This record gives sequence, structure tokens and C-alpha cells, in this order.
Amino acid sequence: MPDSAKKGKALHDPASFQIFPLGDAAIVIKFGDTIDRELHRSVRALENYFVDHSLHGMIERVPAYATVTIYYDPAQRSYHDLEQELRKILAELADVPELDSRIVEIPVSYGGEFGPDLEFVAQHNSLKTDEVVQIHSAPDYLVYMIGFAPGFPYLGGMSQRIAAPRRDSPRLKIPVGSVGIAGTQTGVYPIETPGGWQLIGRTPIKLFRPREIPPTLLKAGDIVRFRPISSEEFTSLRACSQ
Amino acid sequence: MSIRVIRPGLLTTIQDLGRYGLQQFGVIVSGAMDPLALRISNLLVGNEQNEAVLEVTLSGPGLLFEHEALIAITGADLSAVIDSHAVPLWRPIWVRQGSLLEFGSPVRGCRAYLSVAGGFDVPLVMHSRSTYLRAGLGGFDGRSLQAGDVLNLRSASPFVSQQIKRMSESGSEYPLIAPGWFGGSDLAEYADDPTIRVISGGQYDWFNEESREAFVSEPFRITKQSDRMGYRLAGPTMRFIQPRDLISEAVTVGTVQVPPEGQPIILMADRPTTGGYAKIAQVATVDIPVLAQLKPGARIRFRTVSVEEAQELYRSRESMIRRLRCGIAQMNT
Repeated sequence: MPDSAKKGKALHDPASFQIFPLGDAAIVIKFGDTIDRELHRSVRALENYFVDHSLHGMIERVPAYATVTIYYDPAQRSYHDLEQELRKILAELADVPELDSRIVEIPVSYGGEFGPDLEFVAQHNSLKTDEVVQIHSAPDYLVYMIGFAPGFPYLGGMSQRIAAPRRDSPRLKIPVGSVGIAGTQTGVYPIETPGGWQLIGRTPIKLFRPREIPPTLLKAGDIVRFRPISSEEFTSLRACSQ
Repeated sequence: MSIRVIRPGLLTTIQDLGRYGLQQFGVIVSGAMDPLALRISNLLVGNEQNEAVLEVTLSGPGLLFEHEALIAITGADLSAVIDSHAVPLWRPIWVRQGSLLEFGSPVRGCRAYLSVAGGFDVPLVMHSRSTYLRAGLGGFDGRSLQAGDVLNLRSASPFVSQQIKRMSESGSEYPLIAPGWFGGSDLAEYADDPTIRVISGGQYDWFNEESREAFVSEPFRITKQSDRMGYRLAGPTMRFIQPRDLISEAVTVGTVQVPPEGQPIILMADRPTTGGYAKIAQVATVDIPVLAQLKPGARIRFRTVSVEEAQELYRSRESMIRRLRCGIAQMNT
């Protein structure tokens, strides 16, 4: 068997990524400038590599849409040294043939008191509210990254047909579990925060679990499916998750 | 062993060096704004460097010592007194049972770090004792201190306990005794109009030449819209060569990001894990303590250094802290 076949197809030519510092204690590997599932496979491939490899001096990593940022201790190794090692790793990095994703179902009670902006989103797109629910709960959403709040997923895959602008004035308190839309993005609020998203429903499932490791329901790379539930089911599910 | 909060002060929270390892889940780091002052405060009372301390902001609390304790205060000079006696900073202080520690007007700096031998007895939440205000977790009940709170202390190491006992038996009428070891105040290089060293940011070349020039030649003022999450600056407007969108990626302490309106923001301890604004620069780690001690209204300038230079400064700072730690350990044996 030729060497290349043993190692798997190399994912990158050296021109397809950039490496640069984020200050003196972090290094960024950047694969592109767009939100794109194909491009994001490089992020997942590098994250896969770290499942069973580590780097001397590495403290933690933050994968995002098109970047992986590695925090490290500059007392243990220099930027230059780490950059050289990463270039070697990336040159040999094997492609991930399929996004090997965990599927997480998130039950959502749409509309009513849980989704005060469902009506607005429907009107804005000349749809009926149950059509918005049907369109929102149809796709498999990819969790590109977690950020903004603990366990808040940046999801890709929402239909343009239910896109809606942010509210003119943000709400001061968005209840935990609220499912919102902002532009062509959708997401779930894991903790109570202020926010300007249009709220279309709420989940009784906890996304942030500070007493568990990992402390969040979702992680980057997961697939999310929203399942519509009744307000009665919401109440009984919430009772179970308390 | 406990301390009772008589007055809470402006913003008094329990912090350690922060919550690491969970940023990929969106869990922010938090921790001391001035990590150097926290580390030295702990070393002075015989604690591990990462032990939880009280971060006291500008207008400090009133604290009643229900038991004797060995404490140290580092960072800002906020006119600390114990039963009306001025408390020396950057050295360990034995405090008699029943003493009242109070703070007056800020003389220099913004944030003081009060350590106690043994540390505060609050639970580890996600590997850290730092207060995560937004999520209401960690520290004391996930919030800043309030009047009436009782802070329990853990036992000091056998050696320090013995020292405390000796001071306690000395029969002094004085409410505080300062043992002979001190140090660390010179490490921080605090300054009122500092020049902050930065490394170029990932989107530095998105800014036009005039803005890049102004960034390092003109001063910026720290505005009132500044807190533990970040400092909003006022100064020359940073203009983009052309409007561009950045998709979200990691940000960190000291990231200098520029929203479309052009006034920079420096992210601090309670920053989010990711952000989508262009990053013009990144503050060298050794200059974070200097920033942490600046009040709104302060003026700063930026000076660019290479990543190699910043890492050299980092390593030399770490070796100075190591020497201080060894010096204190030798005095204690």
C-alpha cells in the first residue's frame, strides 16, 4: 500500500490555511473567511486530531466557523516553535470523510407565551404560524461553534423563508430556553440574558449544565433537530429535567 | 473561621486566576482583572498562587474579622485601615479577632486584592472559584458581596497557622502586626498614563494607514463604559479600508477590537469567548495588570512589539515571580 493511502488523503495544501498569533499566549489556524460546511470540515478534522493527540504547553482550544484558536503557555514554548509543529500536523492531517456528528433532539413549544414573536416572523414572511414551525423544525442544523453564552450554539442550516430582522429594542431579559431568530440565524438561549432576537418558542431542556462535564448539552460538530411539542409536554418535560 | 461583610463596597467579588478549559463550551474565563496582584497577594500569606481572594473595586467593603487571620492586600491603594490604623500594602498582616477592615478613598489604582491564609471556603464550580456574574455561578453564591454575608475561611497551612499563633500570643495591643517579608509591588510596573505594549491583531491590515498610524501615535481615553468585561476607548477613529465582515472566532483578554463606528474596545476578564469585530491589536500579557488598575478617564498610548518580544517579557516576569516565591519560602523555613 502506498504511504499516502495509509495516512489518508491530506486535506490541505499549504496555501489553504493561515497561522497567526492572537497575542503572546494564543495561536490561530484559519481555513477561510466564510460560513460553509465544506470549509468547516477542516476545523473538524483538526479537532478530531486533538481527540487523541496533545501539544506541549497547550491549555485549551476554541474551534469556530473557520478557525481553531489554541491557548498555550508561553513560558513552556515559543510562538515560532508551536507554529512549526502545527504546520507539520496540518500537512498530514487526514480529511474527515463525513462529519461524524451526534444528533441531539431539542423539543420546542412554539408560539403562545413561549414564542411571543412567532406571529411577527410569520407575517414578515407572509406565512402562517404553523408553516414557520414546520420550516423551522424540518432541517438538520449543524452546530458550527459554541459562543456568546455558555452552551449557546451557532447553528447553520436555517431556511431563508423564515428569516427575520432583530427587534428594534432588545428585551432586557430573555427567559432560559428561548428559541430565537435573528436574520438567517437561529439559536437557543442557555442562560437569562438581554437580547434582540425574535422569540418563536422555548425548550424545557437545559443547554447549560454547570455541574456536569462537559457543562453544556451541545458541542461544536453536533447536529440539532427541533421537535415541536405541546405546552403540556413542555410542562412535563421541564418537571423531569429539574 | 469567618469574616462578616458589614458593607459590600462598589463591586467586591471572589476571584481566582479564572476558569480555564471550557471556553469551547462558551464558558467565560472570568478571574482577577489584575492576575499579578492576585498571585502575589496569595504568595505573601503562604497560599498557592491560584487561591481565591477578594477583588475590591474602587470603593471597598467593611469587613469584620470574627476570627484572627493572616491577610495581604496588593494591587490598588484604596486607603485600607484596620481599626483606624493604616494597612501597609504588599505584605502579610496579622489581624486580631474582632478587628474591622475598612477602605477609604482610592489613592492609586482601581482594584485591590485581599488574600487570607488558607483561602475562602467557597466551592469549586467548573474547576474554579471565580465569580461568573452573568450566569450567577461560582464565587460567593454567584454574585458580588452583600451586607450580612459571612465568608468562611479554610485552614491555613501548619506553618502559617503556627506563625499566626505566635503573633496572637505576642500580647501586642496593636490590632495588626506585619511580619518581616514583603515584596512584589515593583513587579507590576503600574503607571497613570501608561504606554501599553501590543502585538498586531489578526485584522490589523483591514485598517487604513492613517488609522494604523494614529493607533500608535495618539492617546486614547478609557471611558465610563468600562467594566470587568471590557474598556471602551475614546480617541482617533479607526477606519477600515473597506467595510468587511468577520465571522465569529475566539477573542481573549487584551484583545483590542473595533466595532464599525471605529472606537476600540479592550476586552478584559469577563469577556465573551468569541466575537465578530475586527481585531486591530492584542495587549501583551505583562501589561494586563497595568490596564486593570486604570480608572475611567485615564489616558493610554499603544506601542507595537513583536510576539517574540512579548513572550520574552512574559518569561522574564514569570522568573521574577518565581524568585519572589522562593524568597518567601526560604524565609519560612
